[in-house]
Amino acid sequence: MKVTFSVNGTNRTVDVPADMPLLWILRDTLDLKGTKYGCGESLCGACTVHINGAATRACQVPASALNGRKVVTIEGLSADASHPLQRAWQELDVPQCGYCQAGQIMQAAELLANNPKPTDEDIDAAMYGNLCRCATYHRIREGIHRAAQIAANPRAASRTRDDDAAAQGAS
Amino acid sequence: MSTPMRPFDRRDFLRVSALAGGGMLLGTLVDFSRVDVLGAAEPAGEFEPNAFIRISSAGVITILAKNPEVGQGVRTMLPMLVAEELDVAWQQVTVEQAMSDETKYGRQVAGGSTSTPTNWEPLRRAGAAGRQMLIAAAAATWNVPAGECSTEAGVVHHRTSRRRATYGELAAKAATMPAPALNTVPLKDPKDFKIIGKSIPGVDNLKIVTGKPLFGIDVTVPGMRYAVFEKSPVFGAKVASANVDEVKGLPGVQQAFVVEGSSNLSGLVPGVAIVADSWWAARSARRRLRVTWEQHATAQQSSAGFQAKAKEFFAGAPQSVARRDGDVAAAYAGAAKVVAAEYEYPFLAHAPLEPQNCTARFADGKMEIWAPTQAPQGGRQLVAQTLGLKPEDISIHIVRGGGGFGRRLANDYMVEAAWIARQAGVPVKLVWTREDDMQHDFYRPSGYHKLKGAVDANGRITAWENHFATFGDGQRFAQAASISPNEFPISFIPNVLFGVSQMPLGVPTGFLRAPTSNAIAFVYQSFIDELALAAGRDPLQFRLDLLSQVGAVPASQGNPASPVDAARMRGVLELVAEKAGWGKRTLPKGQGMGIGMHFSHRGYFAEVVEVNVSPRGEVKIVKVWVAGDVGSQIINPSGAMAQVQGSVLDGIAEAMKQEITIEGGKAVQSNFDDFELLRITEVPPVEVHFRTTEFPPTGMGEPALPPVIPALTNAIFQATGKRIRSLPLARHDLSWG
Repeated sequence: MKVTFSVNGTNRTVDVPADMPLLWILRDTLDLKGTKYGCGESLCGACTVHINGAATRACQVPASALNGRKVVTIEGLSADASHPLQRAWQELDVPQCGYCQAGQIMQAAELLANNPKPTDEDIDAAMYGNLCRCATYHRIREGIHRAAQIAANPRAASRTRDDDAAAQGAS
Repeated sequence: MSTPMRPFDRRDFLRVSALAGGGMLLGTLVDFSRVDVLGAAEPAGEFEPNAFIRISSAGVITILAKNPEVGQGVRTMLPMLVAEELDVAWQQVTVEQAMSDETKYGRQVAGGSTSTPTNWEPLRRAGAAGRQMLIAAAAATWNVPAGECSTEAGVVHHRTSRRRATYGELAAKAATMPAPALNTVPLKDPKDFKIIGKSIPGVDNLKIVTGKPLFGIDVTVPGMRYAVFEKSPVFGAKVASANVDEVKGLPGVQQAFVVEGSSNLSGLVPGVAIVADSWWAARSARRRLRVTWEQHATAQQSSAGFQAKAKEFFAGAPQSVARRDGDVAAAYAGAAKVVAAEYEYPFLAHAPLEPQNCTARFADGKMEIWAPTQAPQGGRQLVAQTLGLKPEDISIHIVRGGGGFGRRLANDYMVEAAWIARQAGVPVKLVWTREDDMQHDFYRPSGYHKLKGAVDANGRITAWENHFATFGDGQRFAQAASISPNEFPISFIPNVLFGVSQMPLGVPTGFLRAPTSNAIAFVYQSFIDELALAAGRDPLQFRLDLLSQVGAVPASQGNPASPVDAARMRGVLELVAEKAGWGKRTLPKGQGMGIGMHFSHRGYFAEVVEVNVSPRGEVKIVKVWVAGDVGSQIINPSGAMAQVQGSVLDGIAEAMKQEITIEGGKAVQSNFDDFELLRITEVPPVEVHFRTTEFPPTGMGEPALPPVIPALTNAIFQATGKRIRSLPLARHDLSWG
């Protein structure tokens, strides 16, 4: 079937099977490889994108449900890696293998859009469904807090992990 | 395939010694014949002093990352070593992933936490050699002694004449300079390090946060089709029949065929391939595929059956004795206390978040492969043997893997993709489903231990006996199913008996992060706590005392029978105890602290876990303290911290809830609903401290994992009085009160 929907601000028309999930339309039809396949069952969150502003598991949304929707993927989060989460993730060296991070960032972007200064509890509640097999969860939490600071003060000087360690007097 | 992740052994020690002496391995690692060859062949002005460095006359400084990156940080860390001694600023460096090429780069494997110890010196020398040739070029140009020149951030200076030249400006001339002998090229004094010791963020982070193609699953080649491959859930069963003609007619399907394969579980196993225009079309067609599998000899195997067989073994004497020191029977007779217990742990999956995948193209007799593999060189051998190709006709692009944990040391996905691409006659990207990944892993094998130990009236361990029931054919152990008879604490105890019994296994097994250590640390460190309790000693003090004991084969540094250096182990124990405030607090019922320590992959780690167990039995980990000794230098503190915290949380996930169950010869679990990963809500603070010692730096990917499991179960005992002798904890009722 033919469906037309917006991807990162551009209208796209694709002719695909009605049951083909958005995840595979993005990856294989539209060649946007940032959205990742992890489980295919909405269990891991690696394929999280925004649909009309809501964080959604792309593996569960068939082509037939896409007409007229506005989809934003990791590639469309910012034009130049300037989203506060993208900046914070690089400053704090959040990724280990990095495979889950597009989904983590898209989930966190929805959180920050609705809650500019989340607590640890808010973060845990929002990020519960996004698995990280490397378990870089300390830094995901830290990265979201840091992104909230950057969003509040975009001109803040960028930091490194060594700056933070020096500030805390850590060994 | 080789077994690169086994614990430190004598051969490793000899290899490291050869390296430290700067000899043979350097010669193969850095091929200086390339200087002349490339100097002639490359565009004018390009300087390529060895396989790891390329400097263009425009000043682009490229460093080749030799080993596979699966999240352990080596694509960043190894180039840091070269950059440090080349004396460039990190911002000037472009990192490029090397192809798989053993003659150029030496051993390229991500396994056994070996990247640091085997590259620490050679890669720094490669950088230093490049720097020396650039200095020689400057000195020749300026007609000054090389000894008067210095370098800083990619520039050679002659201070007295105030002359300077960038590495780019010197590149063409440097390519004509004689290469220095690697074993004599001087290295920096560590106090002068500018890159080593700094937190350098991962070189792929920008691609990761912007969603650029990066991982194996993201690979696209022209004309590529998509493949799925269905295998028997009973491992290695042959295809009796399949409705491939019907499947061929389904939408988008180009080809469907049976792959005969063999029942050798480390080769190409039988299955049915479907090649289609899109992965979704292939996946959809697979839902209509109907395969009848032949009866298979291992279809009756089960976890329950393995457990029953171990019990049967434990009723008698072990099939073989791997180590016997002194006389355990005499020690029991003279003991103050004798303790006996049985321990077991389950099969585990690796479950990297990126399912197995590989892209392959076969044309004109040559195979080109793009693979997120941890062991490309093993993959080349497997593909060559299975497809009857010459190794030199197979080229392998090493692509970033979305997690490895040892899973990608096997190359089953690679040989499948290669076979399917050749038979299909088109380039294919094979992508497994999550269910394929979970049900066709090379699992951490389950294991069973019958232990007996004795303490004397002074609280010293006088006897240690282990009957280990594991998997093998009587001649060889299944992969990752052998545990060293020299594993700590055996060499610190005078009377030892280590017996082994093997049962056959039709389940593929392999190396999971900190292989064998992730199992034996739980067993031995728990049993040490049981003996401490019997002796009426504090678990920390009991361990410190144990480290000063002398076994029948005395433990000393460098002794292949007992590589554990007691002083280093004591160092991390004392450090973690101090940081955790061990023994300083009296905790109420339901709360407890436990300690564990382990030496593996050349690293010493001791860890303390504090838990809070509710009366209903819910476990909350309050905090984890870690002390590690991996030698003289933490190369990249950010990466090191990530590896330690990640390893600790990995161990916690294994201990708390992970298990693969075998029933009817198949794996029961299939996705993240029944094989759960740790979630953000379950993550305790993990405080990490490093103790630096005079030894060369060693790897970080694994050794922090093993101690956390017994530290956790020992803490649960302190909190509840319940001794955990099997995993995972999810099996246990921990309620109290």
